[in-house]
Amino acid sequence: MNKPLLEVKNMKTSFYTHVGEVQAVRGVDFHIQPGEALGIVGESGSGKSVTAMSIMGLLQYPGRVKEGEVFFKDENLLKKSQREMMSVRGNQIAMIFQDPMTSLNPVYTVGNQIVEAIVRHQKTSKKEAREKAVEMLRLVGIPSPERRIDNYPHEFSGGMRQRAMIAIALSCEPSLLIADEPTTALDVTIQAQILELIKELREKLDTSVILITHDLGVVADVCSRVIVMYGGLIMEEGEGGDIFYRPSHPYTVGLLKSVPRMDKAEKQRLIPIPGTPPDLVKPPKGCPFAARCPHTMKICLEEMPAYTQISKTHRAACWLLDKEKSERGGE
Amino acid sequence: MTEKNKTFEPLIEVRNLTKYFEINRGILGRHKDYVQAVDGVTFTIGKGETLGLVGESGCGKSTTGRTLIRLYKPTRGEIIYNGVDLGSLSQKELVPYRKKIQMIFQDPYASLNSRMTVGDIIGESMEIHHLARGQERQKKIYELLERVGLSKDHASRYPHEFSGGQRQRIGIARALAVDPEFIICDEPISALDVSIQAQVVNMLEDLQKELGLTYLFIAHDLSMVKHISDRIGVMYLGKLVEIANRNELYDDPLHPYTQALLSAIPIPDPEVSRQSRRIILEGDVPSPINPPSGCRFRTRCAYAMERCALEEPEIREVKPGHFVACHLMEDKIAD
Repeated sequence: MNKPLLEVKNMKTSFYTHVGEVQAVRGVDFHIQPGEALGIVGESGSGKSVTAMSIMGLLQYPGRVKEGEVFFKDENLLKKSQREMMSVRGNQIAMIFQDPMTSLNPVYTVGNQIVEAIVRHQKTSKKEAREKAVEMLRLVGIPSPERRIDNYPHEFSGGMRQRAMIAIALSCEPSLLIADEPTTALDVTIQAQILELIKELREKLDTSVILITHDLGVVADVCSRVIVMYGGLIMEEGEGGDIFYRPSHPYTVGLLKSVPRMDKAEKQRLIPIPGTPPDLVKPPKGCPFAARCPHTMKICLEEMPAYTQISKTHRAACWLLDKEKSERGGE
Repeated sequence: MTEKNKTFEPLIEVRNLTKYFEINRGILGRHKDYVQAVDGVTFTIGKGETLGLVGESGCGKSTTGRTLIRLYKPTRGEIIYNGVDLGSLSQKELVPYRKKIQMIFQDPYASLNSRMTVGDIIGESMEIHHLARGQERQKKIYELLERVGLSKDHASRYPHEFSGGQRQRIGIARALAVDPEFIICDEPISALDVSIQAQVVNMLEDLQKELGLTYLFIAHDLSMVKHISDRIGVMYLGKLVEIANRNELYDDPLHPYTQALLSAIPIPDPEVSRQSRRIILEGDVPSPINPPSGCRFRTRCAYAMERCALEEPEIREVKPGHFVACHLMEDKIAD
């Protein structure tokens, strides 16, 4: 296996609020290869966005990474100062967010914001940077970019703003793009445009992509490998086929059963996951999904299971898998 | 008409419903323009049926819902409920219909008064409509809370103490408090997490069965709309472009917009996703202040002809129960 581009080791992030320590991310390990598209799925509060913000060094007070390592091209990003991170962010790792209106500055033209990113990280003149900005806008499919470059963000539609965000993110040819719910605020036909664009640019520029979303359909479309998060932990990780056809964690199974399948003709009753996600101020001692799981056993409430390697690409943290294994071993 | 093989008895008939919003422009605000939010929409909802209404933001689906319940006064057109045109009634005359028609809103955070207890939120409408008071009201509130999967103890709490899914349940209990016949669900699950969405949708289905409710289910999530609806209408820029039985619409979408919309939905199955052919629409939705002439979809349509710019296509029955507004369907109608 090649050397991973990014490797996250046992990262824990907490928010120290007045109600107590919110343990948003409670120890995650994963990696991403060069040119790969990795999906992180989970519901609100699962820790997926906090994971991304921790990697980027963008956590705001009172959030803090309290443990772990993030290796990017052999360097531990968590050891870097804010100043050093500034030359990584936007240059080697770029990020796009859910809401393109709040992440673009309303008082600068779109062109200015792309030029700013290019001039910040590359030794180019303003004029060259502007030419590059036009080229980037064309690349992301903005019509008549020579003219649109002088528009302000409010003159762009939602889909075009997200395209502009992608143009800024990719202007310095980063090796990793982190997209946090990039299409959640967009309409389906615009979502299809943006996802197509991300796929196309990933191939063209050979950028690795981490796509964070709650939408299993989006992941199935874009990503080759998937991480399922719940309660600040990775519940299951595998290739697309592992997760969608051979889900092994009851949470993944539950998620897949609770969404209707549009391509199925017969009307099936949805199977919801009962209850609500855990409170991460007082995270449960055992498996965070135990309170909602249909297979809960005594041990689930007491101890968090270790990962069971199901295949070379597929792992999950569930006592059921451990039991199966031991039974098979006892035969 | 519906697949449940029920006899189709219309509860609400919407004819040529139009809603324009006036906006003032120019420095002195003297120049008047109109946002053509809903323009000439016609459909019928049968008793006990669920009609899904889908479309992208700005297509007028929510405005249609809000005009149906007379939160907006229609600019033109009729809303015939059990033989009475709601569009022409005064606010006072509307009161009995407000009891029969209820609404569930998208944002469970904004739609509950944060200074009222859950019990009062649910009970308020009972008082307004003189349905129950005192002990009886209290008893009914408890019943409703239990019916939507909450408990008695929740009645004295405030909305901020609840999660999004629970708040949506409170919103549903409030709608049920006046024993309505017809409920307009305006994106009731869009703000909820995936695992919670299924809980709410199943509950809506159960309530429909038990109480014989009729739903207008407005959403942009087509897979959920397909799941819950008997028939589905597709809107684009204020127009109803296609309406048909749920399976018919998904198996044989005839309007180019419906085809694009359906193909754009990501399916949680990598194989299916890889094989499916996406129709990627160019550009964005035009402004409803100045919609394109003729067919409003023509600026993004791959099949647009000269005629599409000149003449607006009427919505017509192309197959039994399947209505489409597109000039391409001309030959089909002639058959």
